[in-house]
Amino acid sequence: MTKRIFEIAFEVVTFLLMFAAIYAIFIYAPIEKTMGIVQKIFYLHVPAAFLAFSAFFITFLASIVYLYKKDQKWDVIAYCSAEVGVLFCTIVLITGPIWAKPVWNVWWTWDPRLTTTLILWFIYLAYLMLRGVVRENQRANLSAVFGIIGFANVPITFFAIRLWRTIHPVIITSEGINISKPMKYTLLLTFCAFFLFFLSLLKNRIKLERLKINTENVKAVYEEIFSS
Amino acid sequence: MIFIRKLWAIVWKDLLSELRTKEMILSMCLFSFLVLIIFSFALGTEVMDLKTIVPGILWVVFIFSGLMGLGRAFGAERDKGTLSGLLLCPLSPWGIYLAKVVGTFIFTAIMEIFTLSIFIILFNLNLLPVLLPIGLIIFLGTLGFSAIGTLFSAMSAATKSRDTILSILVFPITVPMLIAAVKATETILAGKAVAEVYPSLKILIAFDLIYLLIAYLTFTFIIEE
Repeated sequence: MTKRIFEIAFEVVTFLLMFAAIYAIFIYAPIEKTMGIVQKIFYLHVPAAFLAFSAFFITFLASIVYLYKKDQKWDVIAYCSAEVGVLFCTIVLITGPIWAKPVWNVWWTWDPRLTTTLILWFIYLAYLMLRGVVRENQRANLSAVFGIIGFANVPITFFAIRLWRTIHPVIITSEGINISKPMKYTLLLTFCAFFLFFLSLLKNRIKLERLKINTENVKAVYEEIFSS
Repeated sequence: MIFIRKLWAIVWKDLLSELRTKEMILSMCLFSFLVLIIFSFALGTEVMDLKTIVPGILWVVFIFSGLMGLGRAFGAERDKGTLSGLLLCPLSPWGIYLAKVVGTFIFTAIMEIFTLSIFIILFNLNLLPVLLPIGLIIFLGTLGFSAIGTLFSAMSAATKSRDTILSILVFPITVPMLIAAVKATETILAGKAVAEVYPSLKILIAFDLIYLLIAYLTFTFIIEE
């Protein structure tokens, strides 16, 4: 019972924080001088990017633990985290160009960070697709191995692209945005709100996946009884 | 020494069965030839600066044609039902993996030598003075490609839609290898000093070592049922 109350309280706090974050973004935070109103997308873009990378890192860790312990629990965590990660990564890849077009005057540049994020998005989409087509008895093993390979790819891709871009000059050299205090507070608030939102998504997704597995098990037992 | 002899036995088995049918190597070479022709048509006759696009075309052809050979490494074993026999060999899973990497590497290398010779004729390129550095780059790139390709071949052999999932898995992971290899080839073809390709070579070597290490640690899990 207390667990249930705690869960509801968690969701309510997340909800309220998200509201506060929206208020802070649109009302409290000042409009940036050079970039104008479009800069406000920054409060969405940065936390989403951070959480996407964290989610993939969770998948990576959970995959390692799964291969070590062979407990299905970790496979479920890796899977759900990858799914939530792809969601946040998609948000990053959509908000990025919207912000980039008015500021850098291009939708996309092959900056190492942008490209690494895009490749990571492809890799974890492949991870989700792999889970869909692989035979059931090997699903957890194969996806765990791919979860590890996918994350190990991040640093290599990053360095490789740094090498590559030297011949393709990019528009942006540094992201030197001077942040005023209200902006900093807004960012901090959206970070907290997004973090809680991420946790609640992940938690509920894991819960759903467990229910699904339980249902499958019950169904299997049911069929066994009735077939015999 | 015994390990190498056992490993060679598996490689030899693959080579022999390929030599009997010549099915895969012929289709790989023909495919790469066709892609080269398509590229020539697509680019037209008046290309401004050939040297800047040549490395890209070359590696795209390598990867596309290489992909055809990858699926066979474990796919054929599963189709014929010989995978369990292979696993019964008195060799660790890592050894089996390594043997398959060597096999894939040999097939891909044959295709690449063929492609390169066609390439020289079609694009009027003189590779002789830079043969050694180019060879090293292709060696490292192909090693990395075979390393991850063989791993994913074993993975995709356990799925329903084999070839589609193989390309979806392979392409994003090969990106760093592709970038480094194209960059290095470009530098060499531009006639720059060999020392300038060291950063690219470092990435290629790191790529090869990291994926061979990951395969060493995880290959057991891929083939266990």
